[in-house]
Amino acid sequence: MTIQSIIEQKLEQVFTPEFLEVVNESYMHNVPEGSESHFKVTVVSKDFEGKMLIGRHRLVNKALEEELKSIHALAIHTLTPEQYFEKAGKVADSPECLGGSKSS
Amino acid sequence: MDVMDRIKSAVEENPVIIFMKGSPKLPQCGFSSRAAQALMSCGEEFAYVDIIQDGEIFQNLPRFADWPTFPQIYVDGELIGGCDITLEMFESGELATAIVAARTKAGLPTGESDKS
Repeated sequence: MTIQSIIEQKLEQVFTPEFLEVVNESYMHNVPEGSESHFKVTVVSKDFEGKMLIGRHRLVNKALEEELKSIHALAIHTLTPEQYFEKAGKVADSPECLGGSKSS
Repeated sequence: MDVMDRIKSAVEENPVIIFMKGSPKLPQCGFSSRAAQALMSCGEEFAYVDIIQDGEIFQNLPRFADWPTFPQIYVDGELIGGCDITLEMFESGELATAIVAARTKAGLPTGESDKS
């Protein structure tokens, strides 16, 4: 099973999201082809209602605790269904690689 | 000094501090770069720690505030989050407000920073 599908499965289980997108962004970085090192997740869930961003991100980090031990980067976008509607589904793009990953 | 004490004093002694890969002027990670840019755009001074230069902090920072990734941004002694949260707060204007409040609380001037 790929890390990507594990991440999808776990987020699906924990947040029963209205919308979930997990993108493998490893190709944007200096890693071998087919790597699973950099991910971006967008989770739209009622669970985030009334929670500050840091609390939401902590929930995601907690859900993916195991995966975070092996992957290098995780961009997190957490929205309530209402916010997702307001933003018309748009979240920020992840940054370009600047090469600092080798130090970890 | 113990590494956890070093992190604690860095966070407590600076109203705004980012632990990042590289420096704000020479960032070595896209996420660190963006977060530092957002802080710079707020126009106030802030402190930084290059975790690539300090392996001990690199190893131990994740357990300091139970936050697994870098960069980490602290305002008024509290972790506000990483790159994504910092950018969202910057866009909504909350980041600048929080920074000014933290500097004021620390008795530091605001709105005087040289932006060059």
